[in-house]
Amino acid sequence: MMNYLVDIFLIAVSAALINNFVLHYFVGICPFVGVSRRIEMAFGMGCAVTFVISIAAFISWAITTFVLVPGAPLSQWIAGFFVPAETAAKVDLTILSYIVYILAISSSVQFVEMYVRKFYPPLYKSFGVYLPLITTNCAILFACLTIMANIVGVDDPADAWDLGRSLVLAIFGGVGFTIAIVIMAGIREELDLCDVPEPFKGAAITMIVAGILALGFMGFTGVDSGLRKALTPKAGNHALIEEGPSSPMGAQITTNHHIG
Amino acid sequence: MAEQPTSLERFIQGILPENPVFRQLLGLCPVLAVTNNMKSAITMAGAVLFVLFCANVIVSLIRNLLKPHLRIVIFTLTIATFVTIADRFLAAYLYQMSKTLGPYIPLIIVNCIIICRCEVCASKQGVITAGADAIGTSIGFGLALSAIAAVREILGTGMFFEIRVLPAAWPDWVVMVLPPGAFLTFGLLIGLVNWYESFRTAKAGRTQGQTT
Repeated sequence: MMNYLVDIFLIAVSAALINNFVLHYFVGICPFVGVSRRIEMAFGMGCAVTFVISIAAFISWAITTFVLVPGAPLSQWIAGFFVPAETAAKVDLTILSYIVYILAISSSVQFVEMYVRKFYPPLYKSFGVYLPLITTNCAILFACLTIMANIVGVDDPADAWDLGRSLVLAIFGGVGFTIAIVIMAGIREELDLCDVPEPFKGAAITMIVAGILALGFMGFTGVDSGLRKALTPKAGNHALIEEGPSSPMGAQITTNHHIG
Repeated sequence: MAEQPTSLERFIQGILPENPVFRQLLGLCPVLAVTNNMKSAITMAGAVLFVLFCANVIVSLIRNLLKPHLRIVIFTLTIATFVTIADRFLAAYLYQMSKTLGPYIPLIIVNCIIICRCEVCASKQGVITAGADAIGTSIGFGLALSAIAAVREILGTGMFFEIRVLPAAWPDWVVMVLPPGAFLTFGLLIGLVNWYESFRTAKAGRTQGQTT
């Protein structure tokens, strides 16, 4: 139980600060450049992304666990009608994952947009306009892929991420995105008063500021391994410590290891 | 709708005048993420070329069947199919590279360049034009990636295509191959391109119908 809480905490810190989606993985750069002019807009965009990313993470976790992985319950049950049981147990649909995820993301965004517009008009006014943009936001798909890598890519099925870990990754990834985009918007508001050389106005100076911001966030590197050491009870937990600094997001996207 | 550009115009425009990265600022995620060495940049450009070409041709073939409100979904699913093919191909033949590129190959699905080209060109024009447009745009994308990757790899490790070009005394700017280096290099290069463009426009004393 304690280990689980430590794990959750580390995933959260890692997703929000250390491996920030924007400044470390470069996903979601388009809104980061496009919608970071005013702090309120940036905050609205951040909230919208956090909201959608959590829903997408829930859906993709469910799809991956119940349909896509080899021997998943639902695909096994359906295949059981057509082929012998031992063949059905080996049904592996991970090759379809990208298509399924993108379809799930875009349809869930559509549904969320319709629902919010119908039942929460003020909320729709504040961030509804960003929702269609989010469909093509890499951050959402990236969260889904990370979750999939941590379910499919692990060697021991017991290590596969459960719903809690997936949701924590998604929510705090969204929080990290919000932090980055709001800081950026704050800097850009001040930047309006500065005398920027003509060719650097707009995207160029934004990128350079983002670079300096990323340098700042590099300062968090290694915090997670330190925290892990500090939080892990001393006795009998060497295995956890040996996993190294990047273990919470460390499994990365290794979808192909069982095929390649 | 006025007359559409011809195949040749599409091809040439994609490379420099409407360069997807420096002029239109599209698809920035791979631009920043995979440019810390030339090899992965070239592989990425190749994957984008394959996906963009196939998606453009398919979309162009079915352009008369598309329903306006469903077209984005159709584009995305077409792209996702070809990205899956590219991903499996890389995993089979360039395993190490596919490990290095990691999530950025699947993230081609949500790369705005491809949806933009499908929308602007392939859903309106014939197969040959769409193909030429795809190749031109991909070459432009590849050039942009190589430009950034060359700067980052040379300054960051003193090597180019993993061949040492700077003397061993060169103190490696490690930060250039880390995430901040990507932002800094890209920002400076955008500024350079803008500066060159304004310089050229002022010199020629004429304006071309470009997005600046």
